[in-house]
Parts: sequence; structure tokens; C-alpha cells
Amino acid sequence: METTRRDFLAGAITVAGAPIAAGASKAGEAGQNGEHAHAHDHDHQDVPSDVALRVMALESLLVEKGLVDKSALDALVDTYEHKIGPRNGARVVARAWNDTSYKQRLLSNADHAIAELGYSGMQGEHMVVVENTPSVHNIVVCTLCSCYPWPVLGLPPVWYKSPPYRSRTVIDPRGVLREFGVVLPEHVEVRVWDSTAEIRYLVLPERPPDTAHLNEQELALLVTRDAMVGVARDLPSRQGDRA
Amino acid sequence: MTILTLSRPGLKTERLDDLLTLPREGGEPIFAEPWQAQAFALAVKLSEQGYFTWKEWAATLAGEIKQAANATEPDDESKYYHHWLTALERLVSTKGLSDPQSLLTRKVAWADAYRHTPHGKPVTLPETIHS
Repeated sequence: METTRRDFLAGAITVAGAPIAAGASKAGEAGQNGEHAHAHDHDHQDVPSDVALRVMALESLLVEKGLVDKSALDALVDTYEHKIGPRNGARVVARAWNDTSYKQRLLSNADHAIAELGYSGMQGEHMVVVENTPSVHNIVVCTLCSCYPWPVLGLPPVWYKSPPYRSRTVIDPRGVLREFGVVLPEHVEVRVWDSTAEIRYLVLPERPPDTAHLNEQELALLVTRDAMVGVARDLPSRQGDRA
Repeated sequence: MTILTLSRPGLKTERLDDLLTLPREGGEPIFAEPWQAQAFALAVKLSEQGYFTWKEWAATLAGEIKQAANATEPDDESKYYHHWLTALERLVSTKGLSDPQSLLTRKVAWADAYRHTPHGKPVTLPETIHS
């Protein structure tokens, strides 16, 4: 699967060519910074938290002095990007697997249900949780830029922001899924959810078989970021196993 | 483009094992917010460049965590990177790479830059700050 992922990303790099520009012209409104393309309601930018500013101060001073290389820092951050935050989403999923009434609340009003677990930080967007079943598979994309439910999933992975993922997921979701190592039987319907400024989606994966004896914490360890974006489907029944 | 960083930069796990309390998942560090990853990367890179040893770093961080615990701050993992950042600021100053006053001045400059940059424009520091 790792190889497949890299192939997909290698393809992304090639196809991207002039990466952002391709997506932007298609989207029509996305500017140089896709993240900001949807938000026009502030005159000025929100000042980051004190700790975030302290890190920016440290980094900018050290980079200016030539003590560290900005691109090397970015590369390291990028590497760990996929580990930022997806545990929050995993806890939401595990709770839903373990508690039917929570699951109902999650599917009917995800904002409230997610807030029950103490996760917030969305800036006016609504969360919608979509459930995988034996006959339905959900996959999330943001065709315009890279809207992503970061309070529950952390920072978006590189491929999520790539123009090929953003365009091809809508045109050929089964093909994209195959590149992520997911081969869907014909009878499984694929639903593609395009994130917007107002709505961010989270996929509720199916609970793996033979996990009735696991508690919520153990269940959360089985949930992956990719499954919650919908580019993975079958989760392992034991931590460390590959499904 | 940072998209090209698919092969993992060599981060030796034995060094991470020095930091026994680092919140981890599957053997790799995890972060709750972007600044935590940036602070993490700064410490790793400065150490790699030889400005301090990883052992010095671990000792400084451990000292910071212990001090916070003595001040009866809850020692949960949500505070871990706060301690990490404070330790980094301290070690950077101890090693003469920067100093508390410069860090404070720069922090204020960044906050001002955010306040005065229209939405959607990249936030940059005024030219004068660099001189």
C-alpha cells in the first residue's frame, strides 16, 4: 500500500506541473493560497495563539541567522503532518462504534456530538459525518482547495491538497481508491463528498469484525486518518495488523 | 514544493526514545496543533546541526517538565509541547543563538503583522524588522 501511495503522489507531482495554478484556474476563485479562498468575512487575519507566535518568532530569527534551513524544517513537519490530530477523530469513531445513541447523535448533528468529546475549533463550518456500510463507501475531497476538518483530523496530508486528488476523486473515485489500495466490489456504491466553506465531512468507517471485546480506547487505536477521509476502507481487528 | 519529501528524513528512533514521555502513536510523534510540529522540528534540526546535543535537549526539556510539575501544573500530554517550547527558548538563549528580548520583540512584530494584513494576503514582517 505504501508503494501504491507513493506512486499516486509521484503521479501527483508530475501531473501537477504548475500545481496550484491548475487548481486555481479551474476553481475560478482560488487565489495563491487555496486555504483562504473560501473566507472573505474578515478584514484582517486572526492573530495566532501566543505559543504559535513564540514558535514563529523562534523560527524566523533562527532561519534569518542561517542556523536552520526553512525548507529542512518544512520537510520534517511535512513528514509528521499525517500524525497531527487524527486521534481526535479516532475517538469520535470509537465512541460511535461503542455507543449506539452517540452514533445516532453523531449522524444527525455531528457538531454537537463532536463537541461532547471536547473537540472544537471549527470557524463557523459545520461537520457532517457520513457512514460506511457494506453497500456504501464514502470518500471526502475538497475540489476547490483543501478544506479539511482539522480539529478532528489534524493537518491535511500532502496528497489531499494535490490537484490530481482534488480533480480525479470526483471524476474517477474508484480509480483513486485503487491507487490507495482499496478495490471496491461493483455492488458497493461510492459517494463522493465535496467539502465547502460551510461543510466539512468525516467518514465513519465500519467497525472491524471480531472487536466486540475491545473497549473504546482500544477501538480508537484501530482507526486511521485515511479511513476517516475515505481513502481506506477495511480496518484491522487488531492494532498493528494490516487489513 | 514540499510535496517531494516522501522519503522520511532520517530521524533516529533511539533519540526519540530518550524522550520517554513524548506523546506518540505507532512509534512516531503526534501533534495536536501545527505550532507543536514546528517546535518539534526546530529542536530536532538545531540538534542535528550540532548547536546542542540531543542529550542536552532532553535534559533541558526534562527540567522544564519537572519544574512545571513542581509548580503543580497538571502533567498531562496536552501541556507537553508548551514545555517543549519553553525549553527550546531557554536552550536557544543559553547557547547564545538568540536571547529572550529578541524573541519577545519578534513575537510582538508577528502579532502586529497579523493585525495589519488584510485577509487572504500572506503575512510578512515589515522590512525594517530584519535590520
